[in-house]
Amino acid sequence: MTGSEGLSARSAAALSDPLLPLADDSLVLSHRLGEWAGHAPVLEEELALANIALDLLGQARALYAELGEEDELAFLREERAFRNCQLAEQPGGDFAHTMVRQLYFSAWQELLYAQLAELGQPLAAKAVKESEYHRDHAEHWTLRLGDGTEESHARAQRAADSLWRFTGELFEPIAGPGPVGEVDWDALRTGWTERITRTFERATLTVPESPQEGAWKAGAGRQGIHTEPFGRMLAEMQHLHRSHPGASW
Amino acid sequence: MSGTDWPLWEVFVRSRRGLSHTHAGSLHAPDAEMALRNARDLYTRRSEGVSVWVVPSHEITASSPDEKDPFFGPAADKPYRHPTFYEVPEGVRNL
Repeated sequence: MTGSEGLSARSAAALSDPLLPLADDSLVLSHRLGEWAGHAPVLEEELALANIALDLLGQARALYAELGEEDELAFLREERAFRNCQLAEQPGGDFAHTMVRQLYFSAWQELLYAQLAELGQPLAAKAVKESEYHRDHAEHWTLRLGDGTEESHARAQRAADSLWRFTGELFEPIAGPGPVGEVDWDALRTGWTERITRTFERATLTVPESPQEGAWKAGAGRQGIHTEPFGRMLAEMQHLHRSHPGASW
Repeated sequence: MSGTDWPLWEVFVRSRRGLSHTHAGSLHAPDAEMALRNARDLYTRRSEGVSVWVVPSHEITASSPDEKDPFFGPAADKPYRHPTFYEVPEGVRNL
């Protein structure tokens, strides 16, 4: 694994832990949602997005703290050492794009965490209620955008289509010891596809037929290979910590 | 899209079982379901509530400030209407 210079031994050991990809998913999507602060279409929605972002940040922090040093794992890793799925790192785009991204992600996370909770992962048991709400929120917006005006329908469909190729990666098994290694990924894919299909039907959207795998088949983000916008996001997220190491307020 | 296009909703939160819903504030939302969700995010995020009502603000009929005197003035000098002359039975809470 590259990009891990400057990490303590404990954090470096976390780099291959099967929980790290899940922590990275939550951190990265949390940061993406935070980008809406001050830009959301209405105040109420801005708070809702911030709430979701904070839930995800909380999940990431709990996992990082269990695996190693939180700040090191969040701020001192290079792009290649991040194992989040590429879906999470996609820029927000317009509001429909953000909501469909959330729907794809939260529907998946809810099903994954439900499985993990049953397999005895304690943090998942708490997080599953959060992801259920996130999914519900995204679902309600998808229905309103898809079955709304001509403009909102077109934007929602465009988002559904353009993000589709990042969803295949969600079902690439994450290998390793513990509950994550025991997840039934095929059941996850089936459950997720049913859920998305049902929501899209109600929202009068078309389930994309294009391949779910992007240019880099086989779990690209999980292997540390990311899309171009991720580097810029990481620079913004990490620059303060790196410019002022150990600073506090 | 802007918030001013959306109707205003009044939010009532019940903080725990046995208490009545109390007015918490208001918000904009496109419809009742979204209003409920916005209310959850705005007014119960620090676990203030176990139940939320949302009511379209335009459905509320309010007394007018101009009618304040005829409405509320006559009650001002009738202290015997206050329940302070009764002893509260033991075990009664939330009165």
